[in-house]
This record gives sequence, C-alpha cells and structure tokens, in this order.
Amino acid sequence: MRWIWIDRFIEFEPLQRAVAIKNVSLAEEHLHDHWEAFPIQPASLMIEGMAQTAGILVGQARDFKEKVILAKIAKAEFTDIVVPGDQITYQAQIETITTEAASTKGVVLKNGQPIGLVDLMFSHIDQNLAGAKFPEENFVFTGQFERLIAPFLEGRHG
Amino acid sequence: MPMTDDEVFKKVKEALVEALSVEEDEVTLEAKISADLGAESIDYLDIIFRLEKAFNIKIQRGELFPDNLQNNPEYVQNSKLTPAGLALLKQRMPQGDFTEFEKDPDVNKVTSLFTSQYSVQMLTNYVKTKTA
Repeated sequence: MRWIWIDRFIEFEPLQRAVAIKNVSLAEEHLHDHWEAFPIQPASLMIEGMAQTAGILVGQARDFKEKVILAKIAKAEFTDIVVPGDQITYQAQIETITTEAASTKGVVLKNGQPIGLVDLMFSHIDQNLAGAKFPEENFVFTGQFERLIAPFLEGRHG
Repeated sequence: MPMTDDEVFKKVKEALVEALSVEEDEVTLEAKISADLGAESIDYLDIIFRLEKAFNIKIQRGELFPDNLQNNPEYVQNSKLTPAGLALLKQRMPQGDFTEFEKDPDVNKVTSLFTSQYSVQMLTNYVKTKTA
C-alpha cells in the first residue's frame, strides 16, 4: 500500500500544471499524536502532498516511463497551520523538465487562501546516479497513483 | 549589448543564493561551489535550470560539469582519463590546479577534484561564454 497524501486532482494539464486537494480529518491517526492536545497537519506531510501532486505531473509528462524520485526540496515556507476540518489545495507547475530531472514550483492553499510555497526537484533516476541500475518495473507509479489522474487522461491513450 | 561582468556575476549569484540557500555575501568569486557553498550533485542540476532561465541559454548535460565522462571511451579508458579527457576537464576548469591530479588521472577522482576546486569565478566565466 502507498500512503497517498492527496484525495483527488481537480485540475490536470499535462506538461503544465496540476491541482490536487486534501481534506484533513481528525479520523487520521497521525493527527492524534501531532499533537494530542492540539492536532495540526505536519508541514512535512504537506511537502509530501505537494511532492505527490507535482511528481505525478512530472511522471505523466514522460508517460510514466521514468522513475520519478523527489531529489530536493528547494523551498518550503509555510505561514499558517492546517487543522482538522481544513481543506488543503496543492497547485503545482512544471518549471523545467529534461531527460534527467525536473523542477516544479508550488503553492499550498488552506481553504482557498495561500499559506505556503513548496518548490521541488525530481530526478529521473534511471538517467542519473552514474548508470546505477534499478528494477525494470516502475515502482514509483503504481496503479493507485495512475487512478488518481485517470479521469483527466481518458481518451488520451489508445 | 553584451552583459557586463558585474551583471553576469549578479545573476549567477542570485541563482546560487536561491539554489543553495546561502547568504549573498557568501557568494564571492573565489568561493568554491561545493566545498564552500555546500552544493551536492542535485544542486548542480538546480543551478543549471536556474541559469538557463536567468540567461535564456541552453546548457547541455556534461557541458558545465563533466558528470558523464566515464561513459565515453574517448575520455576514459581503464578508469583513467585519456589526454582528450584531461583536456576537456581543463577546458571546463580553466583556473583549476591539476598538478596532483595529472600524476594519477583516475576518473573516480574527478568528482573530488571538481568539488574541491570549481568556483563561482569559473561558473561566471562559463556563463559569459554562453551569453557573449
């Protein structure tokens, strides 16, 4: 099982941008410990949410043939907290994409208001690491990820 | 009109400050990009992406940082740099000190040679050749 930190895409423009939402609920166990008296969504998981939004955008740009790995958090700034009941929106756009890597810029919104900037870099690992070999199968993009954007890509393939 | 040296350096500095989260005053011409400013391998791609945007140039892989030498038999044979490989490296790092390296031009030492010596000055000079 993969730990998916986005609920659904609401926009997906291949090679350009993607927007995903995540509803934060007190039913999620991680919030019981972070923190018991005052549950807030960890910033690290909002970075992961952006990484999944942007990573799927980057992966789709190469038709999910590359293994796309988060390589660098170039920027992560948050100006507000997110608590149960809030809805997070991740807006990601591709800045640069090449054979070996991609960079993305992202805005995080809470209930429609911008509260964060998350810029990331992704590596196409088969093209990097001095020729190191990885398994043939694409362990990054499993069915769960692909199903998230299926509604936006219907009719594009086959 | 071509950019002045100062203009090029200012933009290179901006790219380095953003990519490496360093203070502006740390980015001097003498500073080594890895040894002093802490750049790791993925940061070089980040720097390249930022320079491409800032200067509206295209930087091919291996053109700025020779990270793909080992895959090219023209440049590397039996894990040693060939004369052509050494010449390429010197071209990339024109102010580099190759005295020690030339005694044993082991391809596995290229990265440490590069990380210990590649400076903001070398990067700025390279960008100037691309924008001239």
